[in-house]
Amino acid sequence: MSISIHSISKTFGSYKALEEVSLEVPNGSLTALLGPSGSGKTTLLRIVAGLEFADDGPGKILFHGENVSGVPAGKRGVGFVFQHYALFRHMTVAQNIGFGLSVLPRSKRPSPSDIRDRVHELLCLVKLEGLDKRRPHELSGGQRQRVALARALAIRPKVLLLDEPFGALDARVRKDLRRWLRVFHNEIGLTTLFVTHDQEEALELADQVVVMRNARIEQVGSPQEIYDRPHSPFVYEFLGNVNKFTDPSGNQSYIRPHEIDVVFAAEYDPTTDRLARIQHLFSAGPVATLSVRLDDGKFVDIELSRKQLDDLGLSVGDEVSIRSNLPQ
Amino acid sequence: MANLQATTESKPVRALLIGLALIVLSLFLFLPLLAVFAEALRRGWEVFFASLTEDAARSAIKLTLLTAGIAVPLNTLFGLSAAWLVTKYRFKGRAFLISLIDLPFAVSPVIAGLVWIMIFGAKGWLPPSRMTELLAPLAALAAQAASNESIGGLFEGAAAWLADPKIVFAVPGIIIATVFVTFPFVARELIPLMESQGSDQEEAAVTLGAGGWRIFWRVTLPNIKWGLLYGVLLCNARAMGEFGAVSVVSGHIRGQTNTLPLHIEVLYNEYQFSAAFACATLLALLALLTLGLKSVVEQLSGPPQN
Repeated sequence: MSISIHSISKTFGSYKALEEVSLEVPNGSLTALLGPSGSGKTTLLRIVAGLEFADDGPGKILFHGENVSGVPAGKRGVGFVFQHYALFRHMTVAQNIGFGLSVLPRSKRPSPSDIRDRVHELLCLVKLEGLDKRRPHELSGGQRQRVALARALAIRPKVLLLDEPFGALDARVRKDLRRWLRVFHNEIGLTTLFVTHDQEEALELADQVVVMRNARIEQVGSPQEIYDRPHSPFVYEFLGNVNKFTDPSGNQSYIRPHEIDVVFAAEYDPTTDRLARIQHLFSAGPVATLSVRLDDGKFVDIELSRKQLDDLGLSVGDEVSIRSNLPQ
Repeated sequence: MANLQATTESKPVRALLIGLALIVLSLFLFLPLLAVFAEALRRGWEVFFASLTEDAARSAIKLTLLTAGIAVPLNTLFGLSAAWLVTKYRFKGRAFLISLIDLPFAVSPVIAGLVWIMIFGAKGWLPPSRMTELLAPLAALAAQAASNESIGGLFEGAAAWLADPKIVFAVPGIIIATVFVTFPFVARELIPLMESQGSDQEEAAVTLGAGGWRIFWRVTLPNIKWGLLYGVLLCNARAMGEFGAVSVVSGHIRGQTNTLPLHIEVLYNEYQFSAAFACATLLALLALLTLGLKSVVEQLSGPPQN
């Protein structure tokens, strides 16, 4: 089920959270809403879910071409996973997952044994077999997150919405779960929209990345497009480390740390190179980071492979020549 | 001294502080409680039971139970609604409403009683004569219903009251004053609790298709049940023990408008100390029971936190 967002605006008092935002989320895609806090990404997600309503005006939300703007959240058929999971803490895992089915109108409600079967099926799907009798406070963060996901999927939603799905987890669990979610999405193929402030997460996980800033969408594209061809300095800076240069006439140019090559000062080529002195060197891990200082006092960050660094045999205080390795 | 902590004081200081606390506790808490029971039983069990079972005492106990029986459920309902409103919604005047809920705590009980005399007293805005006028149509209806042969019995009380609608110096005034004074207990207990829980779980229930009523019963209420029970306990203790406001509106008509605390005062003023203290033991037991239940509730509500 595709999601179309047309010209949605939202104000809280005098604060503009969204300004005429339009977006297409293709059927079956995994789309990331990426932006700093206050950019409006969570508000947009909540409006799609029906937990928040857009300002009066021409704005509308379509699910597969059907206008759902006035449809209450409970009737939209969305699965929503909250940032802090919002599990019902007085219920067991099984009761949590079965909740959406148990509150259906009597005519549509499955029998208790059908609910039990569906809960079991979902527990297997999220790899939590055997935990059905636990309560939320007896689970780890990653397990809670998957219970929240199973609960959202129990009602067979048309779209899945996740608010900062990995925000409350520690780094290792985060990485595992991210990979798991990618595989999981490929298996069930449900149109999924998730909010994150972590560019790495968005680039690694999503088919489509939507960069948001100050209540507006800054750029939409595949991770590759966004990373390689950012439309604005903001996107450039937000998507990863970057060195920013301002020429005397005020024009700005950007170069990423891995787009710079380092050679010995003896090989200095005045047409393309700049001379620099190494100020700091960090080489734990496969990628080494250098911080060098240009003759005009500006600091530049450079990333090399460990091997390159070792081959050059550099240390702090050495003079080097640096040049861009981008095709001219 | 393996369990010595950085914040632990030296031995003599600890002994002094603990000793001081024990002395103060026994002087101000245990001694009075002991005095109540000792005084009540000084002239033996027979006098004790006789003072509890004489007509005026029984009527006072009945009125106290009736008052609490009406005020507590009402304020449970009001408290829940108020807490729900101010914690789940944001609106203009919300902060003002929260302060307003505290008003009965802030004003002296005497004022809480006097306001009702200002309104419903002989020289108030709605004196009995005016009330009779206003309620005349209702009174006529009730009288008609009461004269009905089959169901008339149900309306006799209502008809009798509507014909002479007294509020102050009568039971309705006592109930109104008690409701007013005990209003904040449940709301005060629930507001911080519901505030800290936020609306996440309710929102989750909404996206899963649950309606408002079901969300309340299956999500909100189970999450606040211990806090609610705690509030109800405190509300009940105050409703049964309230003296000031009730004293002002009661009129002290023996056997009719005396609640237990008022009855005790009357007995005491008549130098019937043993009887006064015998009745006081009931209130003391109520207090002990409340404390006991309160600690049970606290223990039960302790562990499952998210």
